[in-house]
Amino acid sequence: MRHTISLLVENEFGVLSRISGLFSGRGFNIESLCVAESLDPTVSTMTIVTTGNDAILEQILKQLNKLINVIKVVDFSEIDYVSREMVLVKVNAEEKTRPEILRMVEIFRGKIIDVSSRSYTIMITGDEAKLKAFISLIKPLGIKELVRTGPIAMARGERMLKIKEKTDIKGGESNG
Amino acid sequence: MKRTGAQIFVESLKAEGIDTIFCYPGGATLNITDALTDISEINQVVVRHEQAAVHAADGYARASGKVGVALVTSGPGATNTVTGIATACMDSIPMVVFSCQVNTMLIGNDAFQEADIVGITRPCTKHSYLVRDVKDLAKIIKEAFHIAASGRPGPVLVDIPKDVSSALADFKYPEKALIRSYQPTYVGHPGQIKKAMRLILHSRRPVLYTGGGVILSNASLELTRFAEALSIPVTNTLMGLGGIPGNHPLFLGMLGMHGTYSANMAITESDLIIAMGARFDDRATGKTDEFAPHAKIIHVDIDPTSISKNIKVDIPIVGDTRNVLIQMLKIVENEKETYRQQHRNVAEWIEKITGWKKNYPLTYQKNSTLKPQYVIERVYELTKGKAIITTEVGQNQMWTAQFFKFLKPRTCLTSGGLGTMGYGFPAAIGAQVAFPRSLVVDIAGDGSIQMNIQELATAVQYNLPVKVVILNNGFLGMVRQWQELFYEKRYTWTHLHSPDFVKVAEAYGAVGLRIENEKDVDKVLKEAFKNKRPTFIDVHVNPEECVYPMVPAGASLKEMLLV
Ligand SMILES: Cc1ncc(C[n+]2csc(CCOP(=O)(O)OP(=O)(O)O)c2C)c(N)n1
Ligand SMILES: [Mg+2]
Repeated sequence: MRHTISLLVENEFGVLSRISGLFSGRGFNIESLCVAESLDPTVSTMTIVTTGNDAILEQILKQLNKLINVIKVVDFSEIDYVSREMVLVKVNAEEKTRPEILRMVEIFRGKIIDVSSRSYTIMITGDEAKLKAFISLIKPLGIKELVRTGPIAMARGERMLKIKEKTDIKGGESNG
Repeated sequence: MKRTGAQIFVESLKAEGIDTIFCYPGGATLNITDALTDISEINQVVVRHEQAAVHAADGYARASGKVGVALVTSGPGATNTVTGIATACMDSIPMVVFSCQVNTMLIGNDAFQEADIVGITRPCTKHSYLVRDVKDLAKIIKEAFHIAASGRPGPVLVDIPKDVSSALADFKYPEKALIRSYQPTYVGHPGQIKKAMRLILHSRRPVLYTGGGVILSNASLELTRFAEALSIPVTNTLMGLGGIPGNHPLFLGMLGMHGTYSANMAITESDLIIAMGARFDDRATGKTDEFAPHAKIIHVDIDPTSISKNIKVDIPIVGDTRNVLIQMLKIVENEKETYRQQHRNVAEWIEKITGWKKNYPLTYQKNSTLKPQYVIERVYELTKGKAIITTEVGQNQMWTAQFFKFLKPRTCLTSGGLGTMGYGFPAAIGAQVAFPRSLVVDIAGDGSIQMNIQELATAVQYNLPVKVVILNNGFLGMVRQWQELFYEKRYTWTHLHSPDFVKVAEAYGAVGLRIENEKDVDKVLKEAFKNKRPTFIDVHVNPEECVYPMVPAGASLKEMLLV
């Protein structure tokens, strides 16, 4: 099963390596990972797409929660959410194929963001199905290079990824 | 007044109440080493190998319940700590390891004696820090100690570059560590606890299966009371030994690969397993599909990742085991009459278990040779169980777990999760530093003792009268046992030549004694326990003795090979 997970993490050096190390060290799979600063500059938002059965997913979520620098973990398989991804595609653009490419970009509401004598660089955003459809249609025309961001996700409606107030920690009273 | 990073380090340790560190110097430690000159509040034990510094800090922590501290230099000093840190991490031991680092400007440049120790230890620490600014040092130290000791404890590494320890900053030690992303759960969910208690009331064949969490949370008293209140037999994992007195009538002994017949059968026939502070390690469960096939499972653990990791549980309770036991005991107290019936409900079960215990006790074949099990029995009798015991790894460790009855928590110090040969001797040194007047005995193997034998020098230098009982069988015995049973006795690599351990001890300035037959055991052990000096006792035991019972790897617990 495929899962999209969102994380709020401390915006500090070394956090990404802790997270990727957790996945690699325990044999969990990362399909894609997106990370950037959030509204609060001390916090980064991370979106991870991973695969695994329920037991594996449960471990992934618990292990992520256990990392000291991880503030919050949300598994989107339990909530209604939207997710979008961006792809940049550099395609062969010859005299006779150009109109065809332009039409397709139009239909997919993409943009041509760079042009050279022999190629177009196209930007498309959308959900996975849309990107897949676009890529398979454009493929016969000759893709030179393709880069995807991996999806980012957000819950629908009023739900938000929020940080709890800083609370006092009950010190390790039972640990001597 | 501004202070140097090194002074801040020292003041922070004092503010944290740290009275002992295990250390080894180098170029990168010099600022801190110098700042520790004449600081009498902090006992500074200089070892002979950084791995031993970490094991000693670990032994100190396990024996005392306090956080162990080690301090080492950059590069090779830091990399030498890795085995010690991994050992502590697997067994959830609270510890802070300070490694010194090259100057911040040089980090990443392959500078002299540079190692990315934060990177190297990332998978085997609970958390780690690289201090990049002296202004953060006090706060990081505060957080490191908080993280190490709270929740599920574990080792935290703090890497301090040399220019940070010489830079100046104001010093104020924070009163509290505030970490928004780290808030362990201490109190069990009352609803879950109620459900668990209801299951317990309906059980007829319950077993308490408890591990290191009971020791770490100081819950032994509560565990014993709880077991007695409901007449529930208890089995311990290796890490859990001492959680209930080893001579308690409800105690079944250790379970698992080298567990007792009664413990493994009780698990197999149980209708309710109450797991506390144990993590269903494969050495304890055997084949997981056939672990406790008739039982519902309640699992109490402070670490949610331990729950339903290897075995699916019916009632998870996240919390500190001691707190949860107190919560459970309160319910029992409030409904005395209801719970009193439970004694009658389990009477048949207790009778069955008593039968197993009587008919299949731990035993060994006595003959004219000196048996290692006998030596451990005598260590137990002669100390009346009042000793802190450490072990190495191998047969020596398993026989100790079987034949020494641990009467109290924090008296069995052994590398359970990682199984680190070379752990026992430096851990004994650490425990002896924590309890200078206690009798501390390392039950060792002839192979393992060679892995940190250099610490004899430390023991002699600091007058630490640890006793090392070397069960000298001339083999890497545990590996030989597997070769005997599963590789047609091809003893490739496992036959060892060892030095004369008596002379080795004497060369270091310690006492060396030898036992070659049964009749000398008591006399020599008594002599060793009486003297006030570090002592090696080289005991020539039967070379081809095996540890039984044994559940072959991958088999279920009921498939035990008996003597
Ligand atoms: C550092 C390390 N290396 C290798 C092993 C694998 N190993 C487990 S038990 C054992 C034999 C230990 O021999 P010895 O100390 O003589 O103990 P015995 O089993 O003979 O009592 C070995 C090599 C280990 N546990 N730790
Ligand atoms: Mg041996």
